Amino acid sequence: MVVIFTAVAIMGGLGIFFGFGLSLAHRFLKVEEDPRLDAVEDLLPGSNCGACGEPGCRAFAENLIEGVHSPSTCSVSTASTIESVAALLGVDPGKQVKRVARLFCAGGLGVARQIADYRGEGSCRAAHLVGGGGKACSWGCLGLADCMVVCDFDAIQMNDQRLPVVDVDRCTACNDCVDVCPRDLFEVMPVTQNLIVQCKAPLEGDQARAVCGVACDGCGRCAQDAPQGLIQMENNLPVVAYDAGGPATPVATHRCPTGAIQWVEGGQFKPSGHPVKEFCLD
Amino acid sequence: MQDMLWIFISAMLINNFVLSYFLGLCPFFGVSNRLSTSLRLGVAVTLVMIVTSICASLLNTFVLPYAPYLQLISFIIVIASTVQFAEMIIKRFSPALFRALGIFLPLITTNCAILGLALFQTNRDYGFLQGLTFAVGAGAGFTLAIVLMASLRQEMRLSNIPSIVQGTAISMILAGLLSLAFMGFAGMFSAL
Repeated sequence: MVVIFTAVAIMGGLGIFFGFGLSLAHRFLKVEEDPRLDAVEDLLPGSNCGACGEPGCRAFAENLIEGVHSPSTCSVSTASTIESVAALLGVDPGKQVKRVARLFCAGGLGVARQIADYRGEGSCRAAHLVGGGGKACSWGCLGLADCMVVCDFDAIQMNDQRLPVVDVDRCTACNDCVDVCPRDLFEVMPVTQNLIVQCKAPLEGDQARAVCGVACDGCGRCAQDAPQGLIQMENNLPVVAYDAGGPATPVATHRCPTGAIQWVEGGQFKPSGHPVKEFCLD
Repeated sequence: MQDMLWIFISAMLINNFVLSYFLGLCPFFGVSNRLSTSLRLGVAVTLVMIVTSICASLLNTFVLPYAPYLQLISFIIVIASTVQFAEMIIKRFSPALFRALGIFLPLITTNCAILGLALFQTNRDYGFLQGLTFAVGAGAGFTLAIVLMASLRQEMRLSNIPSIVQGTAISMILAGLLSLAFMGFAGMFSAL
Protein backbone atom coordinates (compact mmCIF):
# COMPACT_ATOMS: atom_id res chain seq x y z
CA MET A 1 0.00 0.00 0.00
CA VAL A 2 2.80 2.38 0.93
CA VAL A 3 4.36 1.82 -2.48
CA ILE A 4 1.14 2.80 -4.22
CA PHE A 5 0.74 5.92 -2.10
CA THR A 6 4.37 6.93 -2.65
CA ALA A 7 4.01 6.43 -6.40
CA VAL A 8 0.74 8.37 -6.57
CA ALA A 9 2.14 11.16 -4.40
CA ILE A 10 5.35 11.50 -6.38
CA MET A 11 3.75 11.32 -9.82
CA GLY A 12 0.91 13.59 -8.73
CA GLY A 13 3.41 16.05 -7.33
CA LEU A 14 5.47 16.02 -10.49
CA GLY A 15 2.35 16.36 -12.62
CA ILE A 16 1.07 19.32 -10.62
CA PHE A 17 4.51 20.95 -10.63
CA PHE A 18 5.03 20.70 -14.38
CA GLY A 19 1.38 21.44 -15.17
CA PHE A 20 1.57 24.60 -13.12
CA GLY A 21 4.90 25.55 -14.71
CA LEU A 22 3.55 25.04 -18.20
CA SER A 23 0.38 27.01 -17.56
CA LEU A 24 2.51 29.88 -16.24
CA ALA A 25 4.72 29.65 -19.31
CA HIS A 26 1.63 29.60 -21.52
CA ARG A 27 0.45 32.83 -19.91
CA PHE A 28 3.69 34.63 -20.68
CA LEU A 29 4.49 33.07 -24.03
CA LYS A 30 1.00 33.04 -25.56
CA VAL A 31 0.89 33.89 -29.24
CA GLU A 32 -1.95 36.11 -30.38
CA GLU A 33 -3.44 34.52 -33.49
CA ASP A 34 -6.15 35.84 -35.71
CA PRO A 35 -9.31 34.13 -34.39
CA ARG A 36 -10.56 33.86 -37.97
CA LEU A 37 -7.65 31.51 -38.75
CA ASP A 38 -9.11 28.59 -36.82
CA ALA A 39 -12.60 29.33 -38.12
CA VAL A 40 -11.44 29.33 -41.74
CA GLU A 41 -9.36 26.21 -41.24
CA ASP A 42 -12.39 24.41 -39.82
CA LEU A 43 -14.40 25.31 -42.92
CA LEU A 44 -11.74 24.14 -45.38
CA PRO A 45 -11.75 20.47 -46.45
CA GLY A 46 -8.68 19.66 -44.34
CA SER A 47 -7.26 17.23 -46.87
CA ASN A 48 -3.87 19.06 -46.91
CA CYS A 49 -3.50 18.05 -50.57
CA GLY A 50 -1.43 21.02 -51.70
CA ALA A 51 -3.38 21.68 -54.90
CA CYS A 52 -3.54 25.41 -54.04
CA GLY A 53 0.28 25.55 -53.90
CA GLU A 54 0.45 25.94 -50.11
CA PRO A 55 1.90 23.21 -47.88
CA GLY A 56 -1.40 22.62 -46.09
CA CYS A 57 -4.87 23.90 -45.32
CA ARG A 58 -3.67 26.05 -42.41
CA ALA A 59 -1.09 27.82 -44.56
CA PHE A 60 -3.79 28.36 -47.18
CA ALA A 61 -6.08 29.82 -44.50
CA GLU A 62 -3.34 32.25 -43.47
CA ASN A 63 -2.96 33.40 -47.05
CA LEU A 64 -6.74 33.70 -47.43
CA ILE A 65 -6.87 36.09 -44.49
CA GLU A 66 -4.00 38.12 -45.91
CA GLY A 67 -5.81 38.25 -49.22
CA VAL A 68 -3.15 36.47 -51.27
CA HIS A 69 -5.58 33.82 -52.49
CA SER A 70 -9.28 33.93 -53.15
CA PRO A 71 -11.42 31.21 -51.54
CA SER A 72 -12.04 29.50 -54.89
CA THR A 73 -8.32 28.76 -55.30
CA CYS A 74 -9.04 25.67 -53.22
CA SER A 75 -10.07 23.14 -55.84
CA VAL A 76 -11.28 20.62 -53.26
CA SER A 77 -13.88 22.89 -51.64
CA THR A 78 -17.47 22.58 -52.73
CA ALA A 79 -19.33 25.70 -53.88
CA SER A 80 -21.08 26.06 -50.52
CA THR A 81 -17.76 25.84 -48.64
CA ILE A 82 -16.28 28.55 -50.85
CA GLU A 83 -19.29 30.77 -50.23
CA SER A 84 -19.19 30.33 -46.46
CA VAL A 85 -15.44 31.06 -46.35
CA ALA A 86 -15.98 34.15 -48.50
CA ALA A 87 -18.86 35.28 -46.26
CA LEU A 88 -16.77 34.77 -43.12
CA LEU A 89 -13.90 36.86 -44.46
CA GLY A 90 -16.08 39.33 -46.34
CA VAL A 91 -14.23 38.84 -49.63
CA ASP A 92 -15.16 37.97 -53.17
CA PRO A 93 -15.30 34.18 -53.59
CA GLY A 94 -13.60 34.43 -56.99
CA LYS A 95 -14.15 32.28 -60.06
CA GLN A 96 -12.87 28.79 -60.48
CA VAL A 97 -12.43 26.88 -63.71
CA LYS A 98 -12.78 23.19 -62.99
CA ARG A 99 -9.48 21.43 -63.64
CA VAL A 100 -9.02 17.70 -63.95
CA ALA A 101 -6.17 15.24 -64.51
CA ARG A 102 -5.97 13.98 -68.10
CA LEU A 103 -4.10 10.89 -69.23
CA PHE A 104 -1.98 11.27 -72.35
CA CYS A 105 -2.19 7.65 -73.39
CA ALA A 106 -5.02 5.46 -74.67
CA GLY A 107 -2.99 2.30 -75.26
CA GLY A 108 -4.79 -0.11 -72.99
CA LEU A 109 -4.86 -3.90 -73.11
CA GLY A 110 -5.77 -5.22 -76.56
CA VAL A 111 -4.74 -1.97 -78.26
CA ALA A 112 -1.08 -1.57 -77.38
CA ARG A 113 1.19 -4.40 -78.50
CA GLN A 114 2.58 -6.58 -75.71
CA ILE A 115 6.13 -7.88 -76.08
CA ALA A 116 6.56 -9.38 -72.64
CA ASP A 117 4.64 -10.56 -69.62
CA TYR A 118 5.55 -8.48 -66.56
CA ARG A 119 5.20 -10.47 -63.36
CA GLY A 120 7.20 -8.37 -60.91
CA GLU A 121 6.17 -6.06 -58.11
CA GLY A 122 2.70 -4.72 -58.93
CA SER A 123 3.60 -1.06 -59.18
CA CYS A 124 4.17 1.17 -62.20
CA ARG A 125 7.26 2.70 -60.63
CA ALA A 126 8.80 -0.72 -60.01
CA ALA A 127 7.98 -1.89 -63.53
CA HIS A 128 9.36 1.31 -65.03
CA LEU A 129 12.58 0.92 -63.07
CA VAL A 130 13.39 -2.70 -63.91
CA GLY A 131 12.31 -3.24 -67.47
CA GLY A 132 9.56 -0.89 -68.51
CA GLY A 133 6.69 -3.36 -68.19
CA GLY A 134 5.35 -5.59 -70.91
CA LYS A 135 4.25 -3.12 -73.59
CA ALA A 136 6.21 -2.51 -76.77
CA CYS A 137 5.70 1.24 -76.30
CA SER A 138 8.17 2.69 -73.81
CA TRP A 139 6.09 5.83 -73.33
CA GLY A 140 2.66 4.39 -72.59
CA CYS A 141 0.61 3.67 -69.50
CA LEU A 142 1.94 0.69 -67.54
CA GLY A 143 -1.52 -0.06 -66.16
CA LEU A 144 -0.40 -1.09 -62.68
CA ALA A 145 -2.55 1.53 -60.96
CA ASP A 146 -0.05 3.60 -58.95
CA CYS A 147 -2.28 6.60 -59.69
CA MET A 148 -5.37 4.82 -58.39
CA VAL A 149 -3.54 3.96 -55.15
CA VAL A 150 -2.16 7.46 -54.64
CA CYS A 151 -5.48 9.26 -55.26
CA ASP A 152 -6.88 10.45 -51.93
CA PHE A 153 -10.29 11.18 -53.38
CA ASP A 154 -11.13 7.83 -55.04
CA ALA A 155 -11.31 9.69 -58.34
CA ILE A 156 -9.28 7.14 -60.34
CA GLN A 157 -10.48 3.64 -61.19
CA MET A 158 -8.82 1.21 -63.58
CA ASN A 159 -11.06 0.01 -66.42
CA ASP A 160 -11.00 -3.42 -68.04
CA GLN A 161 -8.26 -2.21 -70.40
CA ARG A 162 -6.02 -1.39 -67.40
CA LEU A 163 -6.29 2.32 -68.13
CA PRO A 164 -7.02 4.78 -65.31
CA VAL A 165 -10.41 6.46 -65.65
CA VAL A 166 -10.54 9.83 -63.93
CA ASP A 167 -13.88 10.70 -62.37
CA VAL A 168 -14.25 14.33 -63.43
CA ASP A 169 -16.58 15.18 -60.54
CA ARG A 170 -14.31 13.74 -57.88
CA CYS A 171 -10.96 14.92 -59.28
CA THR A 172 -9.64 17.88 -57.28
CA ALA A 173 -6.60 18.64 -59.47
CA CYS A 174 -4.28 17.94 -56.55
CA ASN A 175 -1.44 16.72 -58.83
CA ASP A 176 -0.75 13.55 -56.82
CA CYS A 177 -1.21 11.34 -59.88
CA VAL A 178 0.93 13.70 -61.97
CA ASP A 179 3.77 13.27 -59.49
CA VAL A 180 3.46 9.52 -59.05
CA CYS A 181 3.26 8.47 -62.72
CA PRO A 182 6.76 7.32 -63.72
CA ARG A 183 6.02 8.12 -67.35
CA ASP A 184 4.57 11.59 -66.77
CA LEU A 185 1.37 10.71 -68.57
CA PHE A 186 -0.94 12.80 -66.43
CA GLU A 187 -1.42 16.50 -66.79
CA VAL A 188 -3.88 18.71 -64.93
CA MET A 189 -5.86 20.76 -67.47
CA PRO A 190 -8.95 22.96 -67.37
CA VAL A 191 -11.95 20.83 -68.21
CA THR A 192 -12.84 23.29 -70.96
CA GLN A 193 -9.78 22.29 -72.99
CA ASN A 194 -11.39 19.53 -75.01
CA LEU A 195 -8.68 18.58 -77.51
CA ILE A 196 -6.54 15.90 -75.89
CA VAL A 197 -3.67 14.10 -77.57
CA GLN A 198 -3.83 10.68 -75.99
CA CYS A 199 -0.30 9.63 -76.92
CA LYS A 200 3.21 10.52 -75.82
CA ALA A 201 5.24 8.30 -78.16
CA PRO A 202 7.56 10.49 -80.29
CA LEU A 203 7.51 7.91 -83.09
CA GLU A 204 6.62 8.42 -86.73
CA GLY A 205 4.49 6.49 -89.22
CA ASP A 206 4.90 2.72 -89.24
CA GLN A 207 7.14 2.77 -86.18
CA ALA A 208 4.31 4.27 -84.14
CA ARG A 209 1.63 2.04 -85.62
CA ALA A 210 3.77 -1.04 -84.92
CA VAL A 211 3.68 -0.53 -81.15
CA CYS A 212 0.13 0.63 -80.60
CA GLY A 213 -3.19 0.81 -82.40
CA VAL A 214 -4.02 4.24 -81.06
CA ALA A 215 -0.56 5.81 -81.23
CA CYS A 216 -0.06 9.18 -82.87
CA ASP A 217 1.93 8.50 -86.02
CA GLY A 218 2.80 12.14 -86.52
CA CYS A 219 0.92 12.64 -89.80
CA GLY A 220 0.06 16.23 -88.92
CA ARG A 221 -3.51 16.20 -90.30
CA CYS A 222 -4.92 17.60 -87.07
CA ALA A 223 -2.51 20.54 -87.32
CA GLN A 224 -3.66 21.23 -90.89
CA ASP A 225 -7.37 20.98 -90.07
CA ALA A 226 -7.27 23.12 -86.93
CA PRO A 227 -7.40 26.93 -87.04
CA GLN A 228 -4.05 28.56 -87.81
CA GLY A 229 -1.52 28.17 -84.97
CA LEU A 230 -3.71 26.13 -82.62
CA ILE A 231 -1.84 22.87 -83.13
CA GLN A 232 1.90 22.59 -83.73
CA MET A 233 3.76 19.36 -84.43
CA GLU A 234 6.69 18.79 -82.06
CA ASN A 235 8.61 15.47 -81.85
CA ASN A 236 5.98 13.88 -84.11
CA LEU A 237 3.26 14.79 -81.62
CA PRO A 238 0.65 17.53 -81.89
CA VAL A 239 0.85 20.20 -79.20
CA VAL A 240 -2.34 22.17 -78.61
CA ALA A 241 -1.76 25.79 -77.64
CA TYR A 242 -5.13 27.22 -76.64
CA ASP A 243 -3.95 30.81 -76.35
CA ALA A 244 -2.06 30.81 -79.69
CA GLY A 245 -5.00 30.22 -82.01
CA GLY A 246 -8.54 29.13 -82.00
CA PRO A 247 -11.25 28.38 -81.53
CA ALA A 248 -10.69 24.68 -80.87
CA THR A 249 -13.29 22.52 -82.60
CA PRO A 250 -13.78 18.76 -83.01
CA VAL A 251 -12.90 19.19 -86.73
CA ALA A 252 -9.22 18.72 -85.87
CA THR A 253 -9.89 15.14 -84.81
CA HIS A 254 -11.93 14.05 -87.82
CA ARG A 255 -9.13 12.95 -90.13
CA CYS A 256 -6.92 11.38 -87.44
CA PRO A 257 -6.08 7.89 -88.78
CA THR A 258 -5.58 6.30 -85.36
CA GLY A 259 -7.83 8.32 -83.08
CA ALA A 260 -4.90 9.53 -81.01
CA ILE A 261 -6.31 13.05 -80.80
CA GLN A 262 -9.75 13.18 -79.22
CA TRP A 263 -12.43 15.76 -78.52
CA VAL A 264 -13.24 15.03 -74.89
CA GLU A 265 -16.24 16.39 -73.04
CA GLY A 266 -16.41 15.15 -69.48
CA GLY A 267 -14.55 11.94 -68.71
CA GLN A 268 -11.80 10.57 -70.93
CA PHE A 269 -12.35 6.85 -71.06
CA LYS A 270 -15.48 4.90 -70.39
CA PRO A 271 -15.18 2.75 -67.29
CA SER A 272 -15.14 -0.26 -69.59
CA GLY A 273 -14.00 0.06 -73.17
CA HIS A 274 -12.84 3.39 -74.56
CA PRO A 275 -14.09 5.98 -77.02
CA VAL A 276 -11.24 5.76 -79.55
CA LYS A 277 -11.75 4.39 -83.04
CA GLU A 278 -11.51 0.63 -83.42
CA PHE A 279 -8.21 -0.33 -84.97
CA CYS A 280 -7.14 -3.85 -85.71
CA LEU A 281 -3.51 -4.86 -85.34
CA ASP A 282 -2.18 -7.09 -88.15
CA MET B 1 38.15 19.92 -14.52
CA GLN B 2 40.00 17.26 -16.50
CA ASP B 3 37.04 15.03 -15.79
CA MET B 4 34.54 17.55 -17.22
CA LEU B 5 36.57 17.97 -20.39
CA TRP B 6 36.61 14.22 -20.92
CA ILE B 7 32.87 13.93 -20.38
CA PHE B 8 32.26 16.72 -22.89
CA ILE B 9 34.56 15.34 -25.59
CA SER B 10 33.33 11.82 -25.05
CA ALA B 11 29.65 12.79 -25.37
CA MET B 12 30.27 14.99 -28.38
CA LEU B 13 32.73 13.01 -30.49
CA ILE B 14 33.73 9.59 -29.24
CA ASN B 15 30.33 8.37 -28.15
CA ASN B 16 28.30 10.68 -30.37
CA PHE B 17 24.64 10.00 -29.65
CA VAL B 18 23.60 9.86 -33.28
CA LEU B 19 26.59 8.39 -35.06
CA SER B 20 27.92 5.97 -32.43
CA TYR B 21 24.89 5.10 -30.31
CA PHE B 22 22.36 5.48 -33.17
CA LEU B 23 19.95 7.41 -30.96
CA GLY B 24 17.70 10.15 -32.33
CA LEU B 25 17.88 9.02 -35.94
CA CYS B 26 14.35 10.21 -36.70
CA PRO B 27 15.06 13.97 -36.78
CA PHE B 28 18.57 13.19 -38.08
CA PHE B 29 16.96 12.04 -41.32
CA GLY B 30 13.76 14.06 -41.13
CA VAL B 31 15.11 17.59 -40.62
CA SER B 32 18.47 17.39 -42.37
CA ASN B 33 17.22 18.82 -45.66
CA ARG B 34 18.33 22.38 -45.00
CA LEU B 35 21.35 23.57 -43.09
CA SER B 36 19.66 26.50 -41.31
CA THR B 37 16.70 24.43 -40.09
CA SER B 38 18.88 21.58 -38.92
CA LEU B 39 21.15 23.91 -36.97
CA ARG B 40 18.16 25.36 -35.16
CA LEU B 41 16.71 21.94 -34.44
CA GLY B 42 20.10 21.03 -32.99
CA VAL B 43 19.94 24.06 -30.71
CA ALA B 44 16.38 23.17 -29.67
CA VAL B 45 17.42 19.59 -28.86
CA THR B 46 20.44 20.85 -26.91
CA LEU B 47 18.17 23.16 -24.91
CA VAL B 48 15.80 20.31 -24.10
CA MET B 49 18.76 18.10 -23.17
CA ILE B 50 20.15 20.68 -20.75
CA VAL B 51 16.83 21.23 -19.00
CA THR B 52 16.21 17.48 -18.89
CA SER B 53 19.63 16.89 -17.41
CA ILE B 54 19.04 19.48 -14.68
CA CYS B 55 15.63 18.01 -13.84
CA ALA B 56 17.02 14.46 -13.91
CA SER B 57 19.80 15.44 -11.48
CA LEU B 58 17.27 17.01 -9.13
CA LEU B 59 14.98 13.97 -9.38
CA ASN B 60 17.90 11.62 -8.77
CA THR B 61 18.96 13.53 -5.68
CA PHE B 62 15.65 14.35 -4.03
CA VAL B 63 12.87 12.12 -5.30
CA LEU B 64 14.03 8.89 -6.87
CA PRO B 65 15.90 7.49 -3.82
CA TYR B 66 12.45 6.99 -2.28
CA ALA B 67 10.95 5.34 -5.36
CA PRO B 68 13.59 4.11 -7.82
CA TYR B 69 10.95 2.22 -9.83
CA LEU B 70 9.50 5.56 -10.97
CA GLN B 71 12.70 6.46 -12.81
CA LEU B 72 11.52 5.93 -16.41
CA ILE B 73 8.07 7.45 -16.08
CA SER B 74 9.27 10.53 -14.20
CA PHE B 75 11.99 11.13 -16.80
CA ILE B 76 9.37 10.91 -19.51
CA ILE B 77 7.18 13.46 -17.73
CA VAL B 78 10.17 15.78 -17.44
CA ILE B 79 11.00 15.42 -21.15
CA ALA B 80 7.41 15.90 -22.31
CA SER B 81 7.03 19.07 -20.23
CA THR B 82 10.36 20.45 -21.38
CA VAL B 83 9.48 19.89 -25.02
CA GLN B 84 6.13 21.62 -24.50
CA PHE B 85 8.02 24.53 -23.01
CA ALA B 86 10.53 24.63 -25.87
CA GLU B 87 7.63 24.50 -28.34
CA MET B 88 6.01 27.54 -26.71
CA ILE B 89 9.27 29.48 -26.78
CA ILE B 90 9.90 28.71 -30.46
CA LYS B 91 6.30 29.47 -31.44
CA ARG B 92 6.52 32.78 -29.63
CA PHE B 93 9.88 33.97 -30.91
CA SER B 94 10.24 32.30 -34.30
CA PRO B 95 7.00 31.23 -36.03
CA ALA B 96 8.96 30.54 -39.23
CA LEU B 97 11.18 28.03 -37.45
CA PHE B 98 8.07 26.58 -35.78
CA ARG B 99 6.61 25.87 -39.21
CA ALA B 100 9.90 24.61 -40.65
CA LEU B 101 10.35 22.08 -37.86
CA GLY B 102 6.72 20.97 -38.15
CA ILE B 103 6.00 17.61 -36.58
CA PHE B 104 9.65 17.09 -35.59
CA LEU B 105 9.39 19.65 -32.80
CA PRO B 106 6.79 17.79 -30.70
CA LEU B 107 8.59 14.59 -31.74
CA ILE B 108 11.62 15.65 -29.68
CA THR B 109 9.51 14.20 -26.85
CA THR B 110 9.93 10.71 -28.26
CA ASN B 111 13.52 11.30 -29.32
CA CYS B 112 15.40 8.47 -27.63
CA ALA B 113 18.57 10.58 -27.48
CA ILE B 114 16.97 12.67 -24.71
CA LEU B 115 15.73 9.75 -22.62
CA GLY B 116 19.05 8.05 -23.31
CA LEU B 117 20.86 11.09 -21.94
CA ALA B 118 18.86 11.01 -18.69
CA LEU B 119 19.37 7.26 -18.28
CA PHE B 120 23.12 7.31 -19.09
CA GLN B 121 23.60 10.15 -16.68
CA THR B 122 21.87 8.18 -13.92
CA ASN B 123 23.69 4.93 -14.67
CA ARG B 124 27.09 6.62 -14.62
CA ASP B 125 26.30 8.39 -11.32
CA TYR B 126 27.06 11.84 -12.70
CA GLY B 127 26.62 14.73 -10.30
CA PHE B 128 24.86 17.97 -11.18
CA LEU B 129 27.74 19.70 -13.01
CA GLN B 130 28.94 16.51 -14.64
CA GLY B 131 25.41 15.88 -15.88
CA LEU B 132 25.19 19.40 -17.24
CA THR B 133 28.50 19.00 -19.09
CA PHE B 134 27.30 15.66 -20.43
CA ALA B 135 24.09 17.30 -21.70
CA VAL B 136 25.92 20.17 -23.40
CA GLY B 137 28.35 17.69 -24.99
CA ALA B 138 25.59 15.39 -26.17
CA GLY B 139 23.61 18.35 -27.57
CA ALA B 140 26.69 19.67 -29.34
CA GLY B 141 27.31 16.20 -30.73
CA PHE B 142 23.72 15.94 -32.00
CA THR B 143 23.95 19.39 -33.57
CA LEU B 144 27.31 18.52 -35.15
CA ALA B 145 25.94 15.30 -36.62
CA ILE B 146 22.76 16.84 -38.03
CA VAL B 147 24.61 19.88 -39.42
CA LEU B 148 27.19 17.64 -41.12
CA MET B 149 24.39 15.58 -42.60
CA ALA B 150 22.45 18.64 -43.78
CA SER B 151 25.55 20.13 -45.41
CA LEU B 152 26.22 16.88 -47.24
CA ARG B 153 22.63 16.61 -48.39
CA GLN B 154 22.65 20.21 -49.62
CA GLU B 155 25.83 19.54 -51.58
CA MET B 156 24.27 16.42 -53.01
CA ARG B 157 21.42 18.31 -54.57
CA LEU B 158 23.94 19.75 -57.03
CA SER B 159 25.55 16.44 -57.85
CA ASN B 160 24.60 13.80 -60.33
CA ILE B 161 23.33 10.87 -58.30
CA PRO B 162 22.37 7.58 -59.99
CA SER B 163 18.59 7.42 -60.01
CA ILE B 164 18.50 4.10 -58.17
CA VAL B 165 19.94 5.56 -54.95
CA GLN B 166 18.35 9.00 -55.09
CA GLY B 167 16.53 10.27 -52.01
CA THR B 168 16.38 8.11 -48.90
CA ALA B 169 18.86 5.48 -50.10
CA ILE B 170 21.77 7.88 -50.57
CA SER B 171 20.95 9.53 -47.22
CA MET B 172 21.27 6.17 -45.48
CA ILE B 173 24.59 5.52 -47.24
CA LEU B 174 25.84 8.96 -46.21
CA ALA B 175 24.79 8.39 -42.60
CA GLY B 176 26.69 5.10 -42.63
CA LEU B 177 29.84 6.77 -43.97
CA LEU B 178 29.57 9.55 -41.38
CA SER B 179 29.18 6.95 -38.66
CA LEU B 180 32.26 5.11 -39.95
CA ALA B 181 34.19 8.36 -39.82
CA PHE B 182 33.18 8.88 -36.19
CA MET B 183 34.26 5.32 -35.37
CA GLY B 184 37.79 6.67 -35.89
CA PHE B 185 37.49 8.63 -32.63
CA ALA B 186 36.81 5.43 -30.73
CA GLY B 187 40.24 4.14 -31.70
CA MET B 188 41.99 7.33 -30.63
CA PHE B 189 40.89 7.27 -27.03
CA SER B 190 40.54 4.24 -24.84
CA ALA B 191 39.00 6.12 -21.91
CA LEU B 192 35.22 5.86 -21.47
